[in-house]
Amino acid sequence: MDKLNLSKHISSQFNEEIEQVRNHVMAMGGLIERQLFDALEAIANSDSELAQQVIQNDLKVNDWELQIDQECTRIIAKRQPAASDLRLIMAILKTIADLERIGDETRRIAKVALESFNSAQQDLLVNLGRHVGQMLHDVLDAFARMDVEAALTVHKEDKKVDREYESITRQLMTYMIEDPRSIPKIMNVLWSARSLERIGDRCKNLSEYIIFFVKGKVVRHSSEEMLEKEARS
Amino acid sequence: MTAEVTAKLEVQDLSLKFADKTVLQHVNLRIPQHKITAFIGPSGCGKSSLLRSFNRMNELLEDTVTTGKVLLDGQNIYHSAVEVAELRRRVGIVFQKPNPFPHSVYENVAFGLRLQGIKQTRQLDELVESALRKAALWEEVRDRLHESAVNLSGGQQQRLVIARAIAIEPEVLLLDEPASALDPISTLKIEELMYDLKQHYTLVIVTHNMQQAARVSDYTAFLNMGQLIEFDETNKMFTDPSQRATEDYITGRFG
Repeated sequence: MDKLNLSKHISSQFNEEIEQVRNHVMAMGGLIERQLFDALEAIANSDSELAQQVIQNDLKVNDWELQIDQECTRIIAKRQPAASDLRLIMAILKTIADLERIGDETRRIAKVALESFNSAQQDLLVNLGRHVGQMLHDVLDAFARMDVEAALTVHKEDKKVDREYESITRQLMTYMIEDPRSIPKIMNVLWSARSLERIGDRCKNLSEYIIFFVKGKVVRHSSEEMLEKEARS
Repeated sequence: MTAEVTAKLEVQDLSLKFADKTVLQHVNLRIPQHKITAFIGPSGCGKSSLLRSFNRMNELLEDTVTTGKVLLDGQNIYHSAVEVAELRRRVGIVFQKPNPFPHSVYENVAFGLRLQGIKQTRQLDELVESALRKAALWEEVRDRLHESAVNLSGGQQQRLVIARAIAIEPEVLLLDEPASALDPISTLKIEELMYDLKQHYTLVIVTHNMQQAARVSDYTAFLNMGQLIEFDETNKMFTDPSQRATEDYITGRFG
């Protein structure tokens, strides 16, 4: 962690505050990773009890967001962070907003998991979910180490998730055309796939905040080539 | 203030006049033990006078009238039976400009200890080292203990003065603009030192620098025109003060 110089302030209290807020982001991220994993398990095993638990636990995710938000506000008010410290706080504030939205999407998936699906539908969602879950895991790992290369890898992965989502959409449309009575249920599968695809987008955002912190470059809304160039500059 | 915090100093209806000029008006305040409390406010608001009332320094000026009480551990320090010298041993003070004695580094710290009757060289050596360590100065001066203190840098001199103040084990340390004559790095060192010291002492700091109050203190009191406007946890004061006047002052909208 020392290569980031986050713990080199003369004020040991400031070091502790930064360390604490980073640890809390990791804890929040860990909780959300678990939530996504459980929501997918609930779908795979038609486990409505587990789905209920995921819905309940989303409140904890929200609590983390509020707490970290307050910690960042205090650091800004009391420490007047500058340069990399300021970028870190800005990156964290954006990160927790996206993490909280990932939590909301996960809750939506868990709600859908209260219904049962056939195994083909389960497989579609679980496979996409595993892919997205890996992205989430990798981006949180990149955040812990503030690793730009790892963030870039996650960023690129989102394209694959988008393609997978499109393919799922086409398959589900075929089912709906074949059997219109299945439409209500398949719509739910589609919404869940959509939620997973959105989680992928948010992981991509998280990777951009890592690049912003390390490189000081705003890479949102830039082309893939520009982003790579900035990240490796 | 939350109920479980013990008050080291308790100010009760304190008013202060210099000749015809009213400096403090009916101030009521509880200074929590083992915490850092900062006084902020515009020039002439009475924050330094309030600080100096805690070890009866205002009496050194003529025509001073103090009414009300200041309780130290529940005892009124303005009671006629209180010995001022003993009070000032318990409540030390550090000023804006570092004021080391024109003696060696060692003698500066040993001075108060000798006054207390400590004569043995070995004991003095130990206490001097311990005070210099607490003041985060030992590593920088261990090889020049017998050089004149005047040769130290401003930041080092200020830490030496703090070492001198804490050598005699006060309970409260008053700091009147302790870093305003120092560069930013020395300032941060003094602030870090204050953070370490609060484990053992109750600290009260007067500062013109609001950001300094925000960084170092646990509690903040805002004074204006001799009145205490607001007192609360620093976290609260600097994110969501209750009084409009406090908000205006800390956001630079004052006057």
